[in-house]
Amino acid sequence: MSCFLCNSSVGKKLVMSVSGCFLVLFILFHMSMNLTAIISPAGYNTICEFLGANWYALAGTAVLAAGVLVHILYALVLTLNNYRARGSQRYAVTVQEPGVAWSSKNMLVLGFVVLAGLAIHLIHFWSKMQLVELLGGHVNALGFGPADGAALIAHTFSKWYNVLIYLVWLAALWFHLTHGVWSMFQTVGWANDTWYPRLKCLANVVATLVFLGFAAVVVVYFAKNCCCTCC
Amino acid sequence: MAFKLDAKIPAGELAQKWSNHKAAIKVVSPANKRKLDIIVIGTGLGGGAAAASLGELGYNVKVFCIQDSPRRAHSIAAQGGINAAKNYQNDNDSVYRLFYDTIKGGDYRAREANVYRLAEVSNLIIDQCVAQGVPFAREYGGLLANRSFGGAQVSRTFYARGQTGQQLLLGAYAALNKEIAAGTVKSYPRHEMLDLVIENGEARGIIARNLVTGEIERYGAHAVVLASGGYGNVFFLSTNAMGSNGSAAFQCYRKGAGFANPCFTQIHPTCIPKHGTQQSKLTLMSESLRNDGRIWVPKKLEDVKALRAGTLKPSEIAEEDRDYYLERRYPAFGNLVPRDVASRAAKERCDAGFGVNETGLAVFLDFKTAIARLGKDIIKQRYGNLFDMYEEITDVSPYEEPMQIFPAVHYTMGGIWVDYNLMTTIPGLYAIGEANFSDHGANRLGASALMQGLADGYFVLPYTIGDYLSHKIQAPKVDTNTPAFEEAEKAVRAKIAKLMSIQGKQSVDDIHKRLGNIMWENVGMARSKESLTKAIAEIKALRAEFWKDVKVVGDPMSFNVELEKALRLADFLELGELMARDALNREESCGGHFRVEHQTEEGEADRDDEHFAYAAVWEYKGMDAEPEMTKEPLNFEFVHLAKRNYKD
Amino acid sequence: MNFTLKIWRQKDAKSKGGFETYKVSDISEDTSFLEMLDILNNDLIHAGKEPVAFDHDCREGICGMCSLHIDGKAHGPGQGATTCQIYMRKFKDGATITIEPWRSAAFPVIKDLVVNRGAYDQILQAGGFISVRTNSVPDANAIPIPKADADEAMDAAACIGCGACAATCKNGSAMLFVAARVSSLAKLPQGRVEGARRAKAMVAKMDELGFGNCTNTGACQAECPKSISIAHIARLNREFLSAKFED
Repeated sequence: MSCFLCNSSVGKKLVMSVSGCFLVLFILFHMSMNLTAIISPAGYNTICEFLGANWYALAGTAVLAAGVLVHILYALVLTLNNYRARGSQRYAVTVQEPGVAWSSKNMLVLGFVVLAGLAIHLIHFWSKMQLVELLGGHVNALGFGPADGAALIAHTFSKWYNVLIYLVWLAALWFHLTHGVWSMFQTVGWANDTWYPRLKCLANVVATLVFLGFAAVVVVYFAKNCCCTCC
Repeated sequence: MAFKLDAKIPAGELAQKWSNHKAAIKVVSPANKRKLDIIVIGTGLGGGAAAASLGELGYNVKVFCIQDSPRRAHSIAAQGGINAAKNYQNDNDSVYRLFYDTIKGGDYRAREANVYRLAEVSNLIIDQCVAQGVPFAREYGGLLANRSFGGAQVSRTFYARGQTGQQLLLGAYAALNKEIAAGTVKSYPRHEMLDLVIENGEARGIIARNLVTGEIERYGAHAVVLASGGYGNVFFLSTNAMGSNGSAAFQCYRKGAGFANPCFTQIHPTCIPKHGTQQSKLTLMSESLRNDGRIWVPKKLEDVKALRAGTLKPSEIAEEDRDYYLERRYPAFGNLVPRDVASRAAKERCDAGFGVNETGLAVFLDFKTAIARLGKDIIKQRYGNLFDMYEEITDVSPYEEPMQIFPAVHYTMGGIWVDYNLMTTIPGLYAIGEANFSDHGANRLGASALMQGLADGYFVLPYTIGDYLSHKIQAPKVDTNTPAFEEAEKAVRAKIAKLMSIQGKQSVDDIHKRLGNIMWENVGMARSKESLTKAIAEIKALRAEFWKDVKVVGDPMSFNVELEKALRLADFLELGELMARDALNREESCGGHFRVEHQTEEGEADRDDEHFAYAAVWEYKGMDAEPEMTKEPLNFEFVHLAKRNYKD
Repeated sequence: MNFTLKIWRQKDAKSKGGFETYKVSDISEDTSFLEMLDILNNDLIHAGKEPVAFDHDCREGICGMCSLHIDGKAHGPGQGATTCQIYMRKFKDGATITIEPWRSAAFPVIKDLVVNRGAYDQILQAGGFISVRTNSVPDANAIPIPKADADEAMDAAACIGCGACAATCKNGSAMLFVAARVSSLAKLPQGRVEGARRAKAMVAKMDELGFGNCTNTGACQAECPKSISIAHIARLNREFLSAKFED
C-alpha cells in the first residue's frame, strides 16, 4: 500500500489531496486564532504563549512542516511528470477551454506565490516567536517578548508594503483554494455531477472566508496604526 | 472452368439443421488448437468477434485492420440497433418470425438454412453482449427495451441510444483486448491486406502493407478469415467510412473465390441529401427515426416550387396538402416499410417532380405529429443526438422544420460466396459479415447487419472453422519463404511500382468521383439494360484512363494515403464493372436491385422466381476478360415464395 | 469562403516538423472541415506536392479516427463534436486557421497531423474488458439493471477513444479515457466482478505509458466530443483507491 502512494498517479494525487486537506484545516484554525487579535490582543497573546516552545506545539509545528513539505514535494514531482507527459513539442496555439478555471491550470505558480508568502511570513512571525523561544531567548530582535504576537502584528502591518505583500499572498491563496478545496474531494472520489456545483461553492466559501479572515487582521491593524499616527 | 458449388446445407428440418450440423462437424482438441494459426482480416463486428472467439478457443490468431485501432472499424457507425427474436415485448415474436421477416425482406434471394441459423443465434448475441457490458437501453423495471425497425411488425430491435454499433463493437473489441492480453491474438493495426496467398489450392496466408512504414510483409496461417466489410464506396459517395473498401475481398475474388450477387446494393432511404460537388461522404440518419417520423412531399407542385424558391416553409404546408406517400401506398407497414421499398418510393416522388430542395432530390421526414403526441422532451431523449447532428450539418433544427432526406448507398448484400460453413470456394478461406453474401438476399432489413456480423463471428465461424482445421492438425507452421509467397509479394510490389510510375494528371479522387457518378447514374436505384451496358463501357474506359493517367505522389515506402486510395480504386474500377454485369444478367427486379424493365403496373419490383431464384456466383478471368457465372439455385423448402406485400 | 491554413508538416516520426502556410479558396460554407482539407490535398496533388496526412474515417463523429488541434482547440471550434463534424460556416471568411497534431508524449507523430494512439489500445488491453467466454453467459434479462445505472454506463461508454482528452490536458493525462471505461463497467453488475482488478491494472498501464496526472482542470470534459463528465474520473479515483486500500 505504501508504494502506490509513491508510484501511481492516483496514489500521488491522494497524497496531494490529504496533505492539502490538512493544510486547509490548519489555515482555518490559524485564521480563527488571528481573528482573536482583532477582538482581544491580550487573548491572542495567551494563545501565542500556549503555542510557544511546548512539546505539543512543537510536535504540531513539525507535523505541519511535514505536511507543507509533502504537499510541495509531491507537487513538484507531479508537475515534472506532467511536463514530461506533455511531450517536447508544445502547441503553437492554445486557448482557454470554456468552463475551465484559470486557477486550475496555474496551481503550481499559485503555490509558489503562496510559498514565497509563507517564507516572508515565517521571517516576520515564526522566527521572532517560536524560534526565539526554542533557542532559549526571551526577547526577539524587535525587542518584543516571543509570545507578544499582538505587538508583532501591529509592528508588521504598520508598514504599507507588508500590507500589500500579505494581500497579494492571500489573493494567491484564494485562487489556490478555489481549485484546491473541491479538487481534493474529486481526487478521493467523493464527487459527481450533482455535487460539483456544491463542492465548488464550498471551495469558494472556504477560500473567501480564509481571505477575509486573514485580511481583516491585516487591514484592521493597518487602519489602527494609521489612526494612531494621525491622531 | 466453372465453379462446382456445394452449399453444404445440412439435411433435415429447418429448425434442426444447425444443431444437427454442429453435432456432425469435427472439433480440434485444445492441444492441437495451439498449433494452428488463423489470420482474420478486419476488426468490425464479424472480424472482431471471430478473432476474439477463436483466440479464446486457443488458436493463434493474427488480426489485421487498416485503421489505427481495431475499435474504429465501420461497424461502429451503425446507429439504430440489432434484431433478436427474444420476444421480450410479448408481441408474438419468434425465431421463425425473424427468419421469415428476413427472408421476405431479402425478397427471397437468400438461403433458407443460413437465414434460419441467423435468427436462431440472434438471441445468444444479446445475451453475449449484455454479459460483455454493452449498455443496452433499459426500461424502468431494469429489463431490456426494444424499438421497431423497418420490415417487421414486432418490436425486436435492441439499442444503445443512437450508438448501437459502437457499443457492440466496443464489446467485441473488449473481448479482443482480453485475448490480446492473454497472448492468443496478435493485433496488426494500420496494416492492409494486398493479396491472398494460395498453395496447393488452399489459402495459406496474405501479403500485407504496413501503412506506417510502407513495408510489404508476409503472414502465413492455416486458415484466412475475410471480414473486411462491404464495397459501397465504389459509388464514391456512400454512408460508408472513407476507408471502407472492397480490395481485400476483391483480391480473394481475383485469386479464385466466387463473388456472389455483386449487384445487390442497399440504398438507404434516410440520408442527408447531397449538397454540393465537394462532398466527401453522405451521412445516414438512423432508420429508427422512421419509428416516429412521417415521410411526405407536398401534394401540389406549386408548393414544391415555393419551397425551392424559399418563399414557403415546409411547416407552413397544411396537413391536407401533404402526401404521406408511404402511408398511402403501404397502409400495413406505413413509414416502416423495408429500405428498398422506402428508397424507391422516394425516388418515384422525386422523379415525378415533387422533390423538395433545390436539386429536387429530397423528401421530408417530419416529427411534428410525434412531437405533438409525445412532447419535445421524449423526442429529444430518443433522437436528440441525431437531431443535433442533423442541425450541425444542415443548419436546420428538426424540432422546428422537417428533416430533408434522400436515399444513399449504404450496404452491399452481395459479397464473397460462402457455403453453410462460411467457407468460400477456396478451401481455408472464410468470409463473414458484410464481406460475404449469405444472409440478406437482395435487401437487408434494418438492424440485421449487426446481427449477422456478430452471429458469424461469435457463434458460427468458431465452430465451422474447426471442421476444416481438424484436417490440418498435422500441418506444420506455414512457411512464408515459398514460391507462392514470393510470387504474391512480387506481384504486389510490381502493382505499387506501376501505380507510382504513371504520374499522370488526375488525382485518385478525381477518377473515383467519376466512377461514382457512372455507378450512381447507371447502376444505382433504377437500372436498365441500356444504362448497365453503358456503365460497363464507361467503366472500362475509365479504368484504362486510370492506369494511364492517375497521379500518385509521395514515397511508397512511407505513410502514403494516396497510394492506399489508388490501390483501392484500382479494384473498385473492376468491381464496378462486375456489379453492372451482374445487374445486367439479373433480368428481374428484387429487393435493392430494380430493373426498370421489370416492374408491375404500380411500379413495384417484379421478381422472376422461375428464372432467377439463384445466387449468381462470378469467377474472375482477368482484368479485361468477361467473368464466368455459375448459378447456385436457391431451394425454398420451408417458405412459400410470394410477392412481397407491405400493403396489408 | 477563403482561408489561410497554417499546417504542421512532418515527414515521419524521426524528422523535425514545422508549419507551412497554404491558401484555399471558394470553399462553400456547407463544406466540412475535412472536406476543406480534401480540397487542399487535391490541389497539392495536382501541383505535384505531397498531400497533408490526417486521420479520418467514418466522418460521422463516431469512429474516433479524426483528431486535429485547430486554432488551439482539440476537434476545433464548437463543443460536443469531432473534427469531421465541423463545418466551415463556423469560421470567419478570410481567417487564418492553425492546424496541429495531437501533442502528447504518449501520442508520437507518425506523419504531418497523424499520431500514434496505440497507447489507448494498450490501456484497454490491460483490463478494459469483462472476462466472459463466448457462449457461456446467462439470459440477457437474467439480471435487471436500474435504468439510471444503465444510462450512466452508456454516458461513459460513449467514449470514442479519439485522444482529445489527453491531447487537450495540460498534463497529457489520459484519465478521462481510462475513467470512461472503468466507470462504464463499474456501473454494471457484470462489470463489478472485476472492478478492483480493472481499475488497478488500467491506471498502472496508463502511468507506465507516460501519461500525466490529473489535476482536475476539467479541460478534457470541455473538449471531449462526447461530453463525457469528469464525474467518471471521480468514480475511477474511488474505484482505484478503495481497491488499493483493500489490498
